[in-house]
Amino acid sequence: MPMTTENFEPKIIAFMCNWCSYRAADLAGTARIKYAPNVRIIRVMCSGRIDPTFVLAALAQGADGVMLTGCHPGECHYVNQNYKALRRYAMLQHTLQQLGLEPERLRLIWASAAEGQQLAEAVDRLVEDIRRLGPLRWPANWQEDGQRLKALAAIEKEHAEASEVPR
Amino acid sequence: MAEKVGIYVCHCGSNIAGMVDVEEVARWAGEHIADVAVARDYKFMCSSLGQQMIAEDIAQKKLTRVVVAACSPHLHEKTFRRACAQAGLNPYLCQMTNLREHCSWVSIDQAAATAKAKALVSAAAERVKHHQPLEPTFVKVNPATLVVGGGIAGLQATLELADAGYHVYLVEREPSVGGHMAQFDKTFPTLDCSACILTPKMSEVGQHENVTLLAYSELQEVNGSVGNFQVKIRKKARYVDDTACTGCGICSEKCPRKVIDHGFEAGLGYRKAVYTPFPQAVPRIPVIDIHSCIWFERGKCRVCEKLCPHHAIDFNQEDQFLELEVGNIVLASGWKLFDCRRIPQYGYGRLANVYTNMEFERLCNAAGPTNGKIVLRDGKSEPKSVAIIHCVGSRDVNFNEHCSGVCCMAALKFGHLVLERTRAEVYSFYIDMRTNQKGYEEFYQRLLAEGMHFVRGKVAEVTDAARLPNEQGKLIVQVEDTLLGMQRRIPVDMVVLMGGLEPQTDAKELGLKCGICCSMSGWYTERHPKLDPVATMTDGVFVAGACQGPKDIPASVVQGAAAAARIQAMISKGAITVEPIVAAIDEETCSGCRICNNLCPFCAIEYDPQKEVSRVTTAMCKGCGTCVAACPAGAITGAHFNNEQILAEIRGALWDAEPEEELQTAYAHDH
Repeated sequence: MPMTTENFEPKIIAFMCNWCSYRAADLAGTARIKYAPNVRIIRVMCSGRIDPTFVLAALAQGADGVMLTGCHPGECHYVNQNYKALRRYAMLQHTLQQLGLEPERLRLIWASAAEGQQLAEAVDRLVEDIRRLGPLRWPANWQEDGQRLKALAAIEKEHAEASEVPR
Repeated sequence: MAEKVGIYVCHCGSNIAGMVDVEEVARWAGEHIADVAVARDYKFMCSSLGQQMIAEDIAQKKLTRVVVAACSPHLHEKTFRRACAQAGLNPYLCQMTNLREHCSWVSIDQAAATAKAKALVSAAAERVKHHQPLEPTFVKVNPATLVVGGGIAGLQATLELADAGYHVYLVEREPSVGGHMAQFDKTFPTLDCSACILTPKMSEVGQHENVTLLAYSELQEVNGSVGNFQVKIRKKARYVDDTACTGCGICSEKCPRKVIDHGFEAGLGYRKAVYTPFPQAVPRIPVIDIHSCIWFERGKCRVCEKLCPHHAIDFNQEDQFLELEVGNIVLASGWKLFDCRRIPQYGYGRLANVYTNMEFERLCNAAGPTNGKIVLRDGKSEPKSVAIIHCVGSRDVNFNEHCSGVCCMAALKFGHLVLERTRAEVYSFYIDMRTNQKGYEEFYQRLLAEGMHFVRGKVAEVTDAARLPNEQGKLIVQVEDTLLGMQRRIPVDMVVLMGGLEPQTDAKELGLKCGICCSMSGWYTERHPKLDPVATMTDGVFVAGACQGPKDIPASVVQGAAAAARIQAMISKGAITVEPIVAAIDEETCSGCRICNNLCPFCAIEYDPQKEVSRVTTAMCKGCGTCVAACPAGAITGAHFNNEQILAEIRGALWDAEPEEELQTAYAHDH
């Protein structure tokens, strides 16, 4: 039975890096900062480990939103691997749009180990934004809201852009 | 063969059980998660009884996987891994999920928290089934240690290690070790002379056979990891040859250029362009300050060079770079004083007789610019009344929220010194009096008896605008006395601002070099605020002294010694275990596209042109997994964080989601 927007509780998968954002989530807990219970945290060693497939897998398996988190730029435990996460985030937003999904369902947050409060606020914001977007009913949305046509129309332009990239 | 998973849900007293229905989570897990052989809940899983429970189940129920749903893995992963290992299960077949920090403590609704807990347990259970047994790798520990910062904390750490027979490289960026403590006259609450207790330690460090003192040097770069760091030190040019110089001091004596010493003398005294910061400096080798030296300014003079009996002056000296190998690093980089000019209403820098606490320390110091005489800026008149203002830049949301911890006691010390040396009245303007260490409260009582006046209230303003005849020519402290409940104007001759302690300006930069981070207020973050206040999240990097948070001398000494003890433990063990979380490339699948080659910041991936494949140098891999995520052929696996494990975790976390059927099928088809 499709959920109505009234009782809709978004399910969100959050990937957190071992050194900063996971520790920020630990700090939020230790400091008893409350945030929405909709987020399920998966620990990775670095935001650079987040394979774009993980995001698509989460969405395909029923997540309504995905949160990517990492150390602040310049503070990555692995020098600069969070920049790779940033690139993949940009690419994923693009991909989601082409698939007819709202790119807002994916969010990237930087949180240092000291930023429990900021992380909790970011979770709450994302949960509220996803609540507003409604459940991710991918194929249904695809057909209903014209995103598909928009995406199809965009493909030609994307191709043109892509072929301009020097090899 | 299907795995046999044991699931253990911890109550953590009421920390988890108060918000999450742990019995229900355990019951549900036993019924709904595939391959679960046993699911239990227990009051305290980390207790020996809890660990024993796991061990017994491993033995009797032949568990092949263990999930502990408790607190953060950063706290107890090691505990449970050890418990599994002792029971004969490979420690990496145990997975923790964080029901406390990530669920019960952050939730307000019991039903929602319980549902979330189920998802977290489900995720961990699905993941753990894909775990592979791993063996930790052993790394030899280089017995040499790098200590950054030669204040009291760094000196203590250095001496503890050196006395134990291990080599220490002590890096200090100022020309001499000693830190802030060298500037003080007396130390609270015992009033023993700061120099008398510090200088023996300084000279010991200077002479110790196991210490390489690198003063006037800075840490440039850190590579490697625990046990085997490669560090690069920049030895700044002193323009004095330290092998030839005997520290006779003729150069300073004859130098024609005299400048205000904003460093050691806090702007109250003078020094020459070629100088040692203070007579007891270690090393005793002077430094030429190129910003004030006449030769560097105008290209003539060189008086010091002509007069040096040992021909030690070398104007062509350049910065030297040293590369050292050490096993551990202690950061003891200290603190800096709050800039009291940032609070203009207190008049520092505008009203002559407003002093900072560091200036007042020098004023009291028998070796200071006034030989310990407490006098006004004119250099002769003794103040008849002194106001000491607490919490300048501390406990103030506009500047620093933290309490600097040491200023109340320092203010009492100042009060005592003024009462002892002058006939002045002393007023202390405090918010709360914080005297919570051994002998501190007694010292406060002593000052009450000695007649120091205490006014409870935050000072609004220090002004020279007199309203009443008795305020003429005075500094007027405007304050709300919160005990009397009235506004007061107290005219005084001298005001001392107790500026707060702040992190060093470049603390963050230095921390990043060593891979550690700072708290919101800029102090270094320790591994655990209570149980591990000396280690950091980066193995082999320790913190000591005020760089980790405001601290007085005894606490800094304790932390310096603690850091040394931790390092000694590692050195005496000889080798440490390192997590085997590294990447590996399957040569069969690798297409030799080389996408991964440039992704690795540690240059751990090498291309083999013969075989046309890339290869990971395990010793250099730090296990971030970026290459794993990037490989288009899926040829790279990240141990303990491989695709199967993470995808299973995602699947488990979404056990209750209802994706569209169409999608489910499409996805299942692909995988």
